[in-house]
Amino acid sequence: MCLGIPGEIVEILSDHPDLAKVDVSGVRRAINIGLLEGEALAPGDWILIHVGFALSKIDEAEARSALDFLESIGQAYEDEIAALRESMIEQG
Amino acid sequence: MRFVDEYRDADKARALAARIAALCEPGRAYKFMEVCGGHTHTIYKHGLEDYLPPAVTLVHGPGCPVCVIPMGRVDDAIHIAEQPGVIMTTFGDMMRVPGGRGSFLEAMARGADIRMVYSPLDALKIARENPDKQVVFMAIGFETTAPSTAMTILRAKAEGIGNFSVFCNHVTIIPAIKAILDSPDLRLDGFIGPGHVSTVIGCRPYGFIARDYGKPLVVAGFEPLDVLQSVYQNLVQLAEGRAAVENQYARVVPWDGNPKALAVINEVMELRPHFEWRGLGFISDSALRVTERYAAFDAERIFRIPGGRVADPQACQCGEVLKGVLKPWECKVFGTACTPETPIGTCMVSSEGACAAYYNFGRFSRDRVKEATRT
Repeated sequence: MCLGIPGEIVEILSDHPDLAKVDVSGVRRAINIGLLEGEALAPGDWILIHVGFALSKIDEAEARSALDFLESIGQAYEDEIAALRESMIEQG
Repeated sequence: MRFVDEYRDADKARALAARIAALCEPGRAYKFMEVCGGHTHTIYKHGLEDYLPPAVTLVHGPGCPVCVIPMGRVDDAIHIAEQPGVIMTTFGDMMRVPGGRGSFLEAMARGADIRMVYSPLDALKIARENPDKQVVFMAIGFETTAPSTAMTILRAKAEGIGNFSVFCNHVTIIPAIKAILDSPDLRLDGFIGPGHVSTVIGCRPYGFIARDYGKPLVVAGFEPLDVLQSVYQNLVQLAEGRAAVENQYARVVPWDGNPKALAVINEVMELRPHFEWRGLGFISDSALRVTERYAAFDAERIFRIPGGRVADPQACQCGEVLKGVLKPWECKVFGTACTPETPIGTCMVSSEGACAAYYNFGRFSRDRVKEATRT
């Protein structure tokens, strides 16, 4: 839960400007980007995600090293990705 | 010195460890607390204590949100979950946390509808899809997850969703650090500051630690080299006779944090006058509740909450582990009566808990050291 997981923005959803489609280790889910007000976000950008919300924009090198770290810790990261896989975030 | 868990940067870690050793004054022992459970995880996984000179000890702090939830709050949540027509939702980490009347998993077995979610937004979706049920989200976490809960309440209000509420257990990191600094049990030389909490609150709120207590704090990233670098920066400050807040994790943590995240927390939540922490007792102004303005989304106003206090099991020493007074393996029930499969205390439940991290990695590393010294 406290793990920040890096994801790559695939698409900003035009009908829901608070949401982006994001690729996290091959899992594509809607992530809320409303807390990154004022950041110019575009497909290809990397963000650090906590419980379905992007908390910071990061560069690709940081994203890669964060992923390496998460993969090294094993189970906790696998649990987080499994939970994300079940996530069905959408706007009303 | 032993090297237990080699990784790609082991050479760099050794070089940094040598610089750390060179800074230690002969005959002086140093204790640094890593506040965040994510750092504890890194330290055990990579056996970082084995890189450090014997004069440097890392002490684990209270930064595991699951671990600090007192048993009474788990019982309160289960009480809500057992009301007719309620769907309780929470993060997976909460499912095994023992309360006085068992865990969420046990309440589910008795028939309560409790569902694991990845995000509070998933709980909101369950509310949309079940208009005839009351959907409650048990919110836990430090400032890292509080903005997500606040954003979800704002979204529920904007959509006019009337069957969604939050049982708010968010806690704030600064009062916990202050409680530890004021505790007579432990003398610390400095802090490895939490990484992700600081993305939200920034580095300024730690200023009092340097100013009023004369201790350094270095906000650190989560890779092994980040943690070692942060120890190094702490020692440089001590050697130069100064205390300051430094940001080793500037590649992610802005000095001023995330203003939007702080604004949404302030919009939806306010400080409670006091809140009980497992192991640390009642701490003033240390937790968040939903404000009057969003009362319609506050489970504590919608449901009658028993609010009982439940003493921790006598055998459990999570309190001492959370304050950094005991190492996980010094607890009487560690690894015997208390394991991740059948936890007695919270520190063994969450993957961010010091006991679970040590159980999963530390022991393993130690076995490997033994093996390596045999061959």
